[in-house]
Amino acid sequence: MLQWALDALLGLGLLWLAWCALMSPNLLKAIVLFVAFGLLMALAWVRLDAPDIALAEAAIGAGLTGALLLAALARLRFAYADEETVGSPAQEEAKVRFPQWLPAVPLLLVVAGLGYVVLSLPPYATGLSTEVTANLESSGVSNPVTAVLLNFRGYDTLLELVVLLVALLGVWSLDGLALGRETAPGPVLDTLSRFLTPVFILVAAYLLWVGAHAPGGAFQAGSVLGAAGVLLLLAGWRFRAGLTELPLRLVLVAGPGAFVIVALVTMLMEGQLLEYSPEQASILILFLETTATFSIGATLAALFFGGRPQDDKEHT
Amino acid sequence: MIPSDYLSVALLIAGAIFFLAGTLGLLRFPDVYTRLHALTKADNVGLGLIVMGLVVQAESWAAVGKLLLIWVLVLLAGASVAHLVARGALQRGIRLWKR
Repeated sequence: MLQWALDALLGLGLLWLAWCALMSPNLLKAIVLFVAFGLLMALAWVRLDAPDIALAEAAIGAGLTGALLLAALARLRFAYADEETVGSPAQEEAKVRFPQWLPAVPLLLVVAGLGYVVLSLPPYATGLSTEVTANLESSGVSNPVTAVLLNFRGYDTLLELVVLLVALLGVWSLDGLALGRETAPGPVLDTLSRFLTPVFILVAAYLLWVGAHAPGGAFQAGSVLGAAGVLLLLAGWRFRAGLTELPLRLVLVAGPGAFVIVALVTMLMEGQLLEYSPEQASILILFLETTATFSIGATLAALFFGGRPQDDKEHT
Repeated sequence: MIPSDYLSVALLIAGAIFFLAGTLGLLRFPDVYTRLHALTKADNVGLGLIVMGLVVQAESWAAVGKLLLIWVLVLLAGASVAHLVARGALQRGIRLWKR
């Protein structure tokens, strides 16, 4: 009964927070509500016995997405700070051309499609969990989630890494405002970032290693590294000249690149894309997860930075 | 229930009371500085008591270490963020509340 009440409270709280975040006219308030929504969502995943997704939701869904949204808001304010053209004719015209109800049409179609899919699912299904358990021995790891993500359906993870990279390419090609030179961060933020960075690195390494037999893995570890990058960027740290071109790009593509190479090699050796032999599976997964962690961390921090990082000498 | 369970319950309830007081202060205090005071002081102690309540139940020293690490990190982050928020508020010229 108590558990049921807790779950009901959680579900209603999620719906209420989502509604408040969507309806808030104040963008800052909407972002804060969105972060609160993400944290509550992580709790919901814990209640659903999915600690891997809970970790990812808390770190990426609430933490880093929140940081990205706040960074976007700060740039919006910066970009429109000295423009007095809020009600300009062009904007009024745009308002007339796009009625506000228009986005509701595709949205309703998506809701109808999703609803149809959910309702057409069989009420009870075992899914593929028995097959995963049966083949766990040969996967090289003992955490079923990692086995699925890095072995049985490795190409999903490969494509996720590519999506992340493409997102960064999109941000770079928009050529937006990069994070400017901040004013001095003050002694507290400076000390905090110096003290926490080693802790972040340690936690990321721990999450990466523990992913083989418990909740954790490349995405959680990478998001912790990304958070370290965000904190350092906020504390005024910038890419050192000479590191922004080739070295940064190598780190960014290391994860997807290693994945593609392993995929090609396994295709030549075993005849099947990303099919590892059971003896090598463990070491291959560790290799892929390590490179993916670095890439995910660098990509998330670079997304937060915004525009394409440039050497300082081009500015001065 | 064994004696350590009673200790856990007492610590957890004490922690929850601190959280309740902190939340009440956050909602009811008049300005950003007094709200920060309520939030950081109460939440740090409240979380400490809850961590202690869980440490009593922990199965290994590694788990105890992780729980204490969580508390130390929250203390550090909480104190720093409170300072940053207060500094930001002062820089924007938000006055201190006076009766």
